[in-house]
Amino acid sequence: MGENNTILKIKNLSKHFGALKAVDEVSFEVKKGEIVGLIGPNGAGKTTLTNLATGAFPKTEGKVLFKDLDISNLKPYQIARMGLTRTYQVVKPLIGMTVEENVLVGSLYGKDDRNTDMKNASKRAKEIIKLVGLENKKDSLVSDITLPDLKKMEFARVLAMEPEVVFLDEVMAGLNPTEVEEASVLVKKVRQEKDLTIVYIEHIMKAVMGISDRIIVLHHGRKIVEGTPQEVVNDPAVIEAYLGKRYAKGIKEVNNEG
Amino acid sequence: MKDNLLLKVSNLDAGYGAIQVLWDINLEVKQKEVVCVIGANGAGKSTLLKNIVGIIPSFKGEIFYSDNNITKMASPERIKMGLGFAPEGRHLFFGLTVEDNLLMGAFQRKYDESVKEDLDFVYTLFKPLKGYRKKLSGNLSGGEQQMCAIGRALMSRPELLIIDELSLGLAPVVVDDLIDILAKLRKERGISILLVEQDVKVALDIADRGYVLEAGAVSIHDTTDKLAKNEHIKTAYLGIA
Repeated sequence: MGENNTILKIKNLSKHFGALKAVDEVSFEVKKGEIVGLIGPNGAGKTTLTNLATGAFPKTEGKVLFKDLDISNLKPYQIARMGLTRTYQVVKPLIGMTVEENVLVGSLYGKDDRNTDMKNASKRAKEIIKLVGLENKKDSLVSDITLPDLKKMEFARVLAMEPEVVFLDEVMAGLNPTEVEEASVLVKKVRQEKDLTIVYIEHIMKAVMGISDRIIVLHHGRKIVEGTPQEVVNDPAVIEAYLGKRYAKGIKEVNNEG
Repeated sequence: MKDNLLLKVSNLDAGYGAIQVLWDINLEVKQKEVVCVIGANGAGKSTLLKNIVGIIPSFKGEIFYSDNNITKMASPERIKMGLGFAPEGRHLFFGLTVEDNLLMGAFQRKYDESVKEDLDFVYTLFKPLKGYRKKLSGNLSGGEQQMCAIGRALMSRPELLIIDELSLGLAPVVVDDLIDILAKLRKERGISILLVEQDVKVALDIADRGYVLEAGAVSIHDTTDKLAKNEHIKTAYLGIA
């Protein structure tokens, strides 16, 4: 573990696609147990940053330090086994398998310093399914469950890998405000119970504000602002580039009422 | 059709194989009207839209589009008549460039000046797409793909634009822009819009009327002003306790 409990350190990280600087010298740190929100306009580089941190894309420059080790030249499976993993923006269930079987795949995989025989893996999968509240759907085929349940299943599959740090890429997209509320409660509960560190990418501001300890804003591949949720949503640059007038109006109303 | 009716769904039952999802749905869209369908995930919203555009057949009931019974009509025919559809999950052709994706939206039209005009129109609506016109659509960010999907739907020059999940994965500022764009489409082109939207606040803000789907049936339909004040909608869909 690094100083000040830093578990993940992104240092001058860049990714160029030809002339496009998708991620441009981004640096930030994440402390153990923190939920860090990562927001920014479409195409700002949020998912690319996730792909770099988890080894899906090779970086152009910079470093990713996970527990003080430079992982930026490792493969995704190696990084996942060390305890850093992610979910995908568009759900990727294994069709033709049940909820429990999907989660079992994560349980059999993941961190390599643990017991992954079938008996243990199966026990772990069952526990996680219970934790996310999918017990009564565990034998359903993934093709038969609704989107909120699919998102829970994906979250469970990643948790079954027993990671220490998870990048959640728009896990609440497609949920209505009431479903978002329920999902936020779940993420916070899981963080607590599993001592998890989360980097949280999301456009649904109610969710980002509700669960992030800190927020980092990317724009054109660069970090433009970093701060508490309150600091970030009141920042003129963030309102201009990302939040827009409808949201700003909402903040103003809340500020005036408060 | 009477009262400027553009779309009329009457007593529609539909589903997949043995599973019935929609029960006795009645819904109307008038000319230049913006109508939203709200409801929990799994309520049948996407199934309803897919029935209207003819991607899946109905079990029972009828669908009329400007005086024509289109219930048995194939999807491409419905698009030719004036329906445009932006499906949930974008469904772009990842192997094609952005521009070719947009042109696919016009594949039933003669390739003439009007198609080029519409391309320019889409690029003025969705500015980021113009810079990426020669880029493969699979390399776009999620939000840019959503813009491309809506742009492609516009390329058939629809009278009725049907959008499944308008704001999914879009930055708040882009949703602002989209709201303005839809208002512009209605005003300048006289387009009617039928949309499914998870952000119920956004849906109620932009639509004139709304239908609430619960367990496959319409439980409430009213003007959006009245829906926004409805206690049940506040707790079940807006997350206001």
